[in-house]
Amino acid sequence: MIPLHWWLIVAAALFCIGLYGVLSRKNAIGVLMGIELMLNAVNVNLVAFWRYITPQVLTGQIFAIFVITVAAAEAAVGLAIIIAAYRRRDTVIVDELDIMRW
Amino acid sequence: MAQQLQQGLFLALAGVAVVAALGVIFNRNAVHSALSLLANFVALAMLYVLLNAQFIAIVQVAVYAGAIVVLFLFVVMLLGAGGEMQMGGWLNWRTAFIVAAALVLLTLTGTAVFEGTINGAIGTATPEQIAQVGQTEAVGTALFTDYLLPFELASVLLLVGMLGAVVLGQRWRGAIAGRPSGEAE
Repeated sequence: MIPLHWWLIVAAALFCIGLYGVLSRKNAIGVLMGIELMLNAVNVNLVAFWRYITPQVLTGQIFAIFVITVAAAEAAVGLAIIIAAYRRRDTVIVDELDIMRW
Repeated sequence: MAQQLQQGLFLALAGVAVVAALGVIFNRNAVHSALSLLANFVALAMLYVLLNAQFIAIVQVAVYAGAIVVLFLFVVMLLGAGGEMQMGGWLNWRTAFIVAAALVLLTLTGTAVFEGTINGAIGTATPEQIAQVGQTEAVGTALFTDYLLPFELASVLLLVGMLGAVVLGQRWRGAIAGRPSGEAE
């Protein structure tokens, strides 16, 4: 049996890589990819905790399914926003989308 | 022997997942980033199989690798963002701050993992019993009995998301037809 710690470390590493991507990427599409990585890391944690701690209740798996649903909706809306912003501003670089900065 | 095989498989797949995640972040070409994302999702799906969560693995492949990566690739191709994936200056205060933030988070979570103790409820059903029932059947039963309300709410969320994507992607009459030359600010 794989120790639970290993799963948690891998999920934490993936989450931190995703966080770094969200904060450092200049392309809005790259930022969305970082968010997907973070959501995936959370899913790994949920399923690992389900498997190791409460295998008799399927809550962890159900939560993972809902997270996947929300991630799909978020990707669709986020990419639509990027396309709309590109149409108006002709750029997807987040530094140049500063119309709401004051 | 089986344990060593399992652990070796875990290490290999986790390595692939982490390397692919780094590839998503550090590839300058957006298409290569999306393909690294695909590799990451597939490796995670295999890890789910290792966790005895076959249904999640299939959903992972179908939704993430099938739908979301295609959506990303579609937008990347549509916007022609092939070569302009720049990281910004390499060694500036901003990069240093971001790296520090990510490392602090990693340290905190790592400490929490190794210092904390995790106590779980010990139930009657064993993973072997769940495997006997069949993952999909068990998940479906739970989804349609105990979690019916969140399930319906998720369907509403998907509907709203779909409508939002359609409305946002629409070309409005009166909006600038060509280039955004005279944007009112």
